[in-house]
Amino acid sequence: MTATQDPRSTTNRPFDPAASAAAATDAILRDTLHGTRRGVVVDSPPGAGKSTLVVRAARELAAAGRPLMVVAQTNAQVDDLVLRLAGKDPELPVGRLHSSEPGAFDPVLAELPAVRTSAKIADLAGMDVVVSTAAKWAYTKVDEPWRHAIVDEAYQMRSDALLSVAGLFERALFVGDPGQLDPFSVVGAEQWAGLAYDPSSSAVSTLLAHNPDLPQHRLPVSWRLPASAAPLVSAAFYPYTPFRSGTGHGDRRLAFGVPGDGSGVDRVLDEAAESGWGLLELPARHTPRTDPEAVRAVAQVVRRLLDRGGAATSESPASAGGTADPVPLTSGRIAVGTAHRDQAAAVRTALAGLGVTGVAVDTANRLQGREFDVTVVLHPLSGRPDATAFHLETGRLCVLASRHRHACIVVCRAGVADLLDEHPSTEPVRLGVTIKFPDGWEANHSVLAHLNEHRVVWRP
Amino acid sequence: MSLIETLARIEAAAAGRARPRCTVRHRHLSERPLVFVPLTTAGEAGAPLGALVGTDREKPALLAVPQPRDRDLRFAFLAELAETVLPYVDGFADAIEWEERKETDPETGKKVPVQVELCADAPQLIVPSAAGIEYVRLLGRSMRFRRTAEQEPEAPFPAPPHVPLLGRWLTHFGERARVPGAGLLLSMTGLLTRHWASGQSVLEDQHLGALLAWIDPPPGLSGREAAERAESARDAAGQLLCPPAGPATDPAFDNRLLAPAMARYDAGLPGAEDELRTLVEGQLRPTWDAVWQGIDLLRALPVGARVADRWKRDRWSYTAHRDRVRAGEPPQPKQDDAVTAAQKLSARESAQAQLDAQEALDDPLVMAGRRLAGEAFQGTVTDVEMAMSEGRRPMPRPLVTLRTADHPHLAEGAKLYRPLADGRTQPGEFVAHAAEEPGVLVVRLTGGMGRGKTPEPGSVPEPADVVCWTLFEHAPRGGPELPDPEDIPWTHGGPPPAPGDPPHAAPDPVTAEDFL
Repeated sequence: MTATQDPRSTTNRPFDPAASAAAATDAILRDTLHGTRRGVVVDSPPGAGKSTLVVRAARELAAAGRPLMVVAQTNAQVDDLVLRLAGKDPELPVGRLHSSEPGAFDPVLAELPAVRTSAKIADLAGMDVVVSTAAKWAYTKVDEPWRHAIVDEAYQMRSDALLSVAGLFERALFVGDPGQLDPFSVVGAEQWAGLAYDPSSSAVSTLLAHNPDLPQHRLPVSWRLPASAAPLVSAAFYPYTPFRSGTGHGDRRLAFGVPGDGSGVDRVLDEAAESGWGLLELPARHTPRTDPEAVRAVAQVVRRLLDRGGAATSESPASAGGTADPVPLTSGRIAVGTAHRDQAAAVRTALAGLGVTGVAVDTANRLQGREFDVTVVLHPLSGRPDATAFHLETGRLCVLASRHRHACIVVCRAGVADLLDEHPSTEPVRLGVTIKFPDGWEANHSVLAHLNEHRVVWRP
Repeated sequence: MSLIETLARIEAAAAGRARPRCTVRHRHLSERPLVFVPLTTAGEAGAPLGALVGTDREKPALLAVPQPRDRDLRFAFLAELAETVLPYVDGFADAIEWEERKETDPETGKKVPVQVELCADAPQLIVPSAAGIEYVRLLGRSMRFRRTAEQEPEAPFPAPPHVPLLGRWLTHFGERARVPGAGLLLSMTGLLTRHWASGQSVLEDQHLGALLAWIDPPPGLSGREAAERAESARDAAGQLLCPPAGPATDPAFDNRLLAPAMARYDAGLPGAEDELRTLVEGQLRPTWDAVWQGIDLLRALPVGARVADRWKRDRWSYTAHRDRVRAGEPPQPKQDDAVTAAQKLSARESAQAQLDAQEALDDPLVMAGRRLAGEAFQGTVTDVEMAMSEGRRPMPRPLVTLRTADHPHLAEGAKLYRPLADGRTQPGEFVAHAAEEPGVLVVRLTGGMGRGKTPEPGSVPEPADVVCWTLFEHAPRGGPELPDPEDIPWTHGGPPPAPGDPPHAAPDPVTAEDFL
């Protein structure tokens, strides 16, 4: 990979995250605005300012008199991008292309003066920036292709989705996180494995297979992950493209107003507040997916997080100069992540039973791209008798372990390390397919080894 | 594996007999299927050893290759296979119906209705197991690029007539078999596992004899005992009582019986060829009978209501390939191009979604599995409150309250679908759970009530009606249009080379070894 910034190269000097990130951004914008190649690829680790980059690139292209289209993957991502664009520049004419179904976009957009929403591309002619989902763009026909496009979350876009929209633009900036969940198909696609244009692979794999010499950049600093999490996530999921945390140890603090009562739940909260990680280990047992004990434990952890009056102190913004005040840890700043939808539903029910509302409970797929102060994770392999490719997928664990700004608490049954040892990866190796490193098996082991240092054994 | 299938397998293991997974048959079964039981030679890829093939269960045609490493004999086998299979496949080509279809008029660019031919029925191949389907694909690939003396008089080693044509048909069947719910080429283990859950693992279910033993054990034996016997019982000479369903053979058969018999054939001993044919038939015949036993079991099930609709798509597929062959088009390429691959994937994904929905609507037992998974719910209507939509032209939007014991995964505003008696689908949306009363929820009907200000009679459920809402669509849409192959964008390698242009860097040039 022809990365332009390597955080390790600056080890002899004090690492300046802001300068390093700015240099990377400048290089990306130079290639996007003045480069000769048709594509630019940007790999971004979790919370490295991908959205900020997209907004900035869009504004600079628009300012240079080059209207552009933006392709995102979900309606929520599109709405979020439009809001960010309008927040940075309320005057910028932005078009939001949406489907004709009712409730297709966030009603807040209708109140933004420079934003126009429509289900027809003709209504949005002349807008500087037009944003929509890949699915909507695929049904759009234009006489003249756009000169520029930005493709967001390109690693989560499937190759066939890119095939149906690539005719709409001449050149594009592809931005995404290679460590998150790969796109998938509900039917088998083995017959195309190894082909450069395998329709079930990610858009970036196809793009790079056909255009191997496109400039590739990397954002080197995660602003979201705390200093306690960045080294682990970087080493476990991005071993060849390491990144750093934008903050140092001690820049962020999590504290509780109410002291712990000595129970396992409170001890794991204290451990997580202290170290950024906590593992609440339940006794080993094979369970159904919606393991009632584990689900109850997750709900209790969330309940105690709220009851103990958590307060999160973040680094002060460089501009403020002073120390930031602690912010109370409210339910909106907490998320629960699971592997399966039925597990999420069970946790929601358990939380409702404890009177907790407003906590985001969802699967890894749906938590992608979101950020919270504290996350509580039901380990994908907890209580399972086997470790399938789904549960071992690197991206699933990576998403679950990289959503938090302060602390991550994992609830798991004992015995996962043995389970992993009994189930080595058995996926067939196919000719022409680039093997992904690290594989989920290895990543699971390294995360588990780290979590074991912050383990609280609890028998409910 | 879904929760209900796990439950069925646990029950089957406990009871020692397979449990039904369906109340109706979800695949079309032809009146006159062609059963094809192939065997392959160990250690030599794509070298057939023999096959039983035919539409008459009493009189299968036995094809055998006495020395599979002899390529002349292999081609003789393939020629004989073509002579047996092609008349069956072609036999459906001329009985046609007329269908109206919208096509784009090349001059005006408008969609105009045209009358097109649709074959009234289509061939159906049944092989014993999933490995048999793979073998059909392998045979298709090895045959479709061969050239006959008629096509290329100068080329050495011409293929017998019809062999390339059979290769194209087998390739078509093999590709069609990848479409969920399609029925041109089926495996018996696939059919049986769709309709019954055995008490063994999914891998063990690939053994046709063992699977049938679980479903229909011989008198006096439990399914488990019969399955163990089918898998591993051997006679005094060390041969399996129930030979594997192929195409791979049992090593004990290869070593003790087949190899000596082939040595005698190679030595030119009289009667050696007949002996080999008898040996191969002895391995094939039990599997042949097992496939027909499976067909009998499946025919005893009533057919699902939407099966004919899916079989019609198979007829379209057969008709389309018939037309391609008649038009003299070249054989299917070695690899799909980017657009074809994306089209196939998208078509299969919508076929899968459609199959899942149709099976659930056809079969209360399948719907029970979706309800258990939180993807549907059934309940009794307790109250209907009339309401109107806001806007310039208010339309009826009744609120239906129902009580259910299911636990659907509902978010606010989730879209819901309900089958109506006339086959249409009524859309609705989830409004809320009733406060303080678990299992009671409110659904707003959003359509399917006609255009008037009052709903059409029968389109709104009444109190005490039992209704079933699904969270999945009943007729999911296909994907977007893809570019034409000559418009493949730069991200996917650009357009393919035109006939006159130099080809793209060929990854796999033809060499002398290709003709070995």
